[in-house]
Amino acid sequence: MKRKAVVAMSGGVDSSVAAALMKEDGYEVIGIMMKLWQGEAANNESGCCSVDAAEDARRVAQVLDIPFYVFNFAEHFSKTVIERFVSDYSHGVTPNPCIECNRSVKFSALLERAKAFDAEVLATGHYARVRSAGAGFKLLRGMDPDKDQSYVLYMLGSADLAHAQFPVGEYRKPEIREIAASLGLRTAAKPESQEICFVPNGDSHAFLREKVPAGSQPGPIHTSDGERIGSHRGFAHYTVGQRRGLGVGLGYPVYVKQVRPDDNALIVGTAEEMLSDEMEVQEVSFTGLVPSSEFEASVMTRYRGEEADAKIQPYGSRWIVSFNEPQGLAAPGQAAVFYRDEELLGGGTILRTSA
Amino acid sequence: MPYLDYAATTPILDEVLEAMAPYQRQLFGNPSSVYETGREGKKGMEEARDLIAAAVGAQPAEIIFTGGGTEADNLALKGPAFKLRSQGNHIITTAVEHHAVLHSAEWLEKQGFRVTFLGVDQNGLIDLERLKSALTKETILVSIMLVNNEVGVIEPVAEAVRIVKENSRALFHSDAVQALGKLKVNLDELGVDLASFSAHKVGGPKGTGALFVKRGTPIEPVLHGGGQERDLRSGTPNVAGIVGFGVAAQIAAKEVEQEAERLTDMRDQVQEGIKASIERVHVNAEDAPRIGNTLNVCIEGVEGESLLLMLDSKEVAASSGSACTSGSLDPSHVLMAMGVAPELAHGSLRVSLGRATTSDDIDDFTEVLPAIVDKLRSIAPRSVGGR
Repeated sequence: MKRKAVVAMSGGVDSSVAAALMKEDGYEVIGIMMKLWQGEAANNESGCCSVDAAEDARRVAQVLDIPFYVFNFAEHFSKTVIERFVSDYSHGVTPNPCIECNRSVKFSALLERAKAFDAEVLATGHYARVRSAGAGFKLLRGMDPDKDQSYVLYMLGSADLAHAQFPVGEYRKPEIREIAASLGLRTAAKPESQEICFVPNGDSHAFLREKVPAGSQPGPIHTSDGERIGSHRGFAHYTVGQRRGLGVGLGYPVYVKQVRPDDNALIVGTAEEMLSDEMEVQEVSFTGLVPSSEFEASVMTRYRGEEADAKIQPYGSRWIVSFNEPQGLAAPGQAAVFYRDEELLGGGTILRTSA
Repeated sequence: MPYLDYAATTPILDEVLEAMAPYQRQLFGNPSSVYETGREGKKGMEEARDLIAAAVGAQPAEIIFTGGGTEADNLALKGPAFKLRSQGNHIITTAVEHHAVLHSAEWLEKQGFRVTFLGVDQNGLIDLERLKSALTKETILVSIMLVNNEVGVIEPVAEAVRIVKENSRALFHSDAVQALGKLKVNLDELGVDLASFSAHKVGGPKGTGALFVKRGTPIEPVLHGGGQERDLRSGTPNVAGIVGFGVAAQIAAKEVEQEAERLTDMRDQVQEGIKASIERVHVNAEDAPRIGNTLNVCIEGVEGESLLLMLDSKEVAASSGSACTSGSLDPSHVLMAMGVAPELAHGSLRVSLGRATTSDDIDDFTEVLPAIVDKLRSIAPRSVGGR
């Protein structure tokens, strides 16, 4: 009997080719599209989960001659990803919803279903690679340095990696488009989706105004010295490290240093004030065994951001990342992901940073 | 490989396909044309009209061919509504109608009509007293389905017609798409003014339907054009489809009694089989009069989409409700109207039997289902990675 694989199909080129590659690899492939939300944004023409996206994914599945199903995960998605998104922003924290979706939906609810369907593998269109290593599995960056998406997969443990495959991660993006074109898949030239899938028209400010009203009230912008230098349109609309859109003209650049929901204030600082030596990370997981003591790694603190070398040590249930050189302040709520060369070691959610 | 989704559609019957073939080949003419191939097409259509009229207890002149059941429902609601707008703006229908009626009614609401959606009891049946009290001087149209497509409930349409006619001057439409071939349908006795039918639910081709329009019923067309079908449905008629519909309707009406009995026996066999082998199963509308071919159950702790996928992988074709709404994946509006809890409604399964169903199909199905349910019930929430 052929080995079965479920491929999470979004209607984009990457997951289309993921399905094709799994089939080529000899798997009996089942294409599944997750319907993650309903309502206004579902009618966006371009976004994932739209009717168009479902039609594209279905057509690709027909061309590949694999069964295709749409599963409704809207309620689960709303209770996990959207609730956390709203709650984080209400607390002055900047979440990465794709990470929460991978953690709570794709590699939990969907993976469980895949197993129930006797599929031994769940494949997605992420640019990352899984390698077996001894008794366990390693997660590597995608082959294409311009596309690497391992950052959003840091929460996968060895047990998850045993069932995960990312076939497009073995290729560069232009090659993926070529494969799609050579198979006649209609998604071959489809543009990338960058927007947050559940935010209508990509207007996250409008979404936050509706969902986080308390964080959408104007308030003061202070310098670190407490001097009021302007006003903001609601703390939930700003992210630590942000420079643009502050509307203060001081003659030198300032950055959001702190988002303070308690008194609805933004604290800004100069580039110098933004440097930080360490940060505290929670919800930490490792792809392999949990290190028993301090270790060194290069750390990425936002998706597709720069990496910096650091020492990482346990601190109760949390971990402290101490940078070798001071780094620009990272935004609480984003992930800190630990790498050693090509290998992703683990990561967690940034709780706080300090100078 | 059991096909257990006859309420979604049916395989076309051999005799239907054979009857249709000449009208796609040599008898291809436009039935409005005067020359022979056109005349032959027209003749085929009119023979079909006779057969359908006979099958449903109507006069041939009262049968208007449409492009399917949905189009018939749209015409049945929008046509009278616009014709009678000056006499009243109130329409009554039910919360459990097919979306073709429901969404037409909702669209009419947007055009300024007032619509009452009657609720149903836990068995899916409308309350005739509530119907009576909903009628006003403004009521121009009442639309109540004869048989529900999701749970198979037979609504008390004859009584409803009597109440409506005694207490108002409203027209009465009934969506009879799921009734044909499963119930003896006599529109004349039923007393409705309008009734919708679809060919592909009874072994006919897809894309063909009919609206019964009682003589003298005030109605505007929805499609405008060449004035075919007594100006009620413009467009070159789908001659072959109509011919096929005629043959299918004739067979359905002829065999309805024995088929209903045979299918009811098998349906009861499935129902008892499921109840005996699976715990925490609820048969929907169990205590209501139902057509014999349909069984709708809610299985606790099981999610309908997964269930269908796993049945599909065992080559069993069934449905979680109506096949039309697979894009939405919301719990069935019918089950919700019956007061079924949403989490339970997500685990609904509709099994509908038909002409080619055998007791082997039933055995195959009742054999694979318990193991699938066990497996799906074992899916438990879990966390990922080191959390």
